[in-house]
Amino acid sequence: MKRFKISEVHIRPFIQSGVGVLLGLLLGALLMVIFRYDPIIAYYWLFRGAFGSISDIMETLAFATPLMLTALTFAIGVKTGLFNIGAEGQMYLGALGAAAAAGAITLPAGLHVAVATAFGMFLGALWAIPAALLKMWRGVHEVISTIMFNWIAFHFTIYLIIYYFAEPGRAEKTAPALPGARYPILMEGSSLTAVVFVAIAFCIGIYIYLWGTKAGYELRLVGANPDAANYAGVSSRRVMLLSFVLGGLAAGLAGASQIIGRPPAWSLYATLGNVITLGFDGIGVALIGRNHPIGGIFAAVFYGGLRHGSRLMEYRAGVYSELVRAISGLIVVALAIPEIVAIIRRRFKR
Amino acid sequence: MKALSGFKGLASRARVAWLLVAVILVAFLFYVIEEFGLSPVSLLEGGLLAMTPLALTAVGECINEKSGVVNIGLEGILLISSVTGVFGAELFGNGILGLMVGALTGAFIGFVFGVVSVYGRADQVVAGMGINIFALGFVQYLLMSIWGFPGIHLVQKRLMVRPIYTPIGQLSIVTIFAIIAAGLAHIFLYKTVLGFRIRATGESPEAVDVAGVRVDRVRILSSTLGGALCGLGGAFMPLAWFGAAVKEISAGRGFIALACVVFAGLEPLLALAAAFIFGFAEGFSFAVAVTPGVKEVIPFYFVNMIPYITTLMIVTIAIGRKRFPKASGVPYRRE
Repeated sequence: MKRFKISEVHIRPFIQSGVGVLLGLLLGALLMVIFRYDPIIAYYWLFRGAFGSISDIMETLAFATPLMLTALTFAIGVKTGLFNIGAEGQMYLGALGAAAAAGAITLPAGLHVAVATAFGMFLGALWAIPAALLKMWRGVHEVISTIMFNWIAFHFTIYLIIYYFAEPGRAEKTAPALPGARYPILMEGSSLTAVVFVAIAFCIGIYIYLWGTKAGYELRLVGANPDAANYAGVSSRRVMLLSFVLGGLAAGLAGASQIIGRPPAWSLYATLGNVITLGFDGIGVALIGRNHPIGGIFAAVFYGGLRHGSRLMEYRAGVYSELVRAISGLIVVALAIPEIVAIIRRRFKR
Repeated sequence: MKALSGFKGLASRARVAWLLVAVILVAFLFYVIEEFGLSPVSLLEGGLLAMTPLALTAVGECINEKSGVVNIGLEGILLISSVTGVFGAELFGNGILGLMVGALTGAFIGFVFGVVSVYGRADQVVAGMGINIFALGFVQYLLMSIWGFPGIHLVQKRLMVRPIYTPIGQLSIVTIFAIIAAGLAHIFLYKTVLGFRIRATGESPEAVDVAGVRVDRVRILSSTLGGALCGLGGAFMPLAWFGAAVKEISAGRGFIALACVVFAGLEPLLALAAAFIFGFAEGFSFAVAVTPGVKEVIPFYFVNMIPYITTLMIVTIAIGRKRFPKASGVPYRRE
């Protein structure tokens, strides 16, 4: 067995992410000061709200569950050299698929959960395929196509909910998932369900697939060096399609997790209010997690914490909760700069 | 004929398909106009309104990308400057000044993006996406912090930029400016020394550097200019079109503008034409959505998809072997 030695190569990603996060939080504090809020009080309540008690940590994990999956969608894309920002739309379809399977048909309890999850993942993957085909056939850049498909998915999903899957007599949401199609709640009073284990298992599964199998190696090879991959006889088109489908499965699971694994709604709102922007947030989470499936889990817990804690911050410090999304954007900009650690070090040495 | 060079790369098969689709679309258009009694004037007005932010954004991005900087954060700039534009209009009590505040906001974000790309040697796609994510949260934070109401803020009637009445219908001065800006950008890029330097910087930053031109300044300047035009487009939406700043006012327009840029192969005049096609599709969908006889048959949600489907169709058909600057999106490192 190869001896594992921790060197600077292993530590650097953590330092970079840490510096990016710190910069983001600092700039966020600046935004608070501009509007005359107290950043210290706000951050105190933000982090206390996120990690202050066991039930808060459970809630943070509930927020983190879909984010680690949509982050995975983006991360798989990056590993294949794609900028797949279509998790949002694929996630809508996944949520709809799970809601339809969980609310409209009746199956034995254990099987029903599995079927609803699988159907959500299937629809998510299905929605990812057109963007892959456009890229393969016509060279349409995935940044443009996936965003367009996100918006089409937005209107299409709302249409399907209102016309076909609305709860009878209540058009504002789908029929709730039947009790047999729900993931069990882990702790009374929290909204964390067993779906978190499925999500983590999926991330680890993708990690093993990417780093432990031949197909996964080919996928990463196309991302790291397309010419070498081509020379080695790897079909970059097939890999591209595979990457989109895997990403779609992850995004579909993210959507499904919010329907059959997230009380109290157990259904999809016709405004998509209980899933909206989870796909976009996943991009930031993936980048904080250095586009690594396992890194994404930790980054999701961090950002899930911000999202959960921001509610207490808004209540106690008066700072509107959406600020944390702005902070995550700032973190992403900071992380885009490869030599940010070196630049800061140089400034301090002078 | 430089303006049309974007079409040269198209394979003949694609051109035939393109023509066919255009004919079908026009025929369908006339059918719908005849059948449901839509007014061509109001269709044109709607199309020009929807064209304006796309055209400004796309023309700005053409200049930007010519210099080798690719900014996919346009969506975010549109969003943020729409809110700051309204804020500026209220601050100064004047819609035109609001538009300028929007343009300044865009210029500032473009400047920061330029600095991050040039001196930070950032991954421009990631940094651009960062701007988009930032904008999603920041706009809602701004709306709440300034006006204390989540998600939407109405613009007072007196602050709206009034349209000009012309024989062909109402026209916004910003629309006229957008059309002029596209022409000016073309002249700027192809007939001035600075324009030549911008194009050269995108092609071969090393050569430009050797010739004694500051690559960093050229790129930051074009990024700032691109941001300013995009910011004007952002402020246009609430102040001269919708009459409200909404948290998702841009609705993908930043990316549709990127599609215009790709379609146009970085030619400002072609980008204007593309923006008109996309804008017309959007204006058309607005008109259809409220037409009696249509709204009962076609669900509103499908009408909403028209701009996005049009965008996908056009980029799918029209993408050919376009030539983009060699150093596009690549940070320049001085040896």
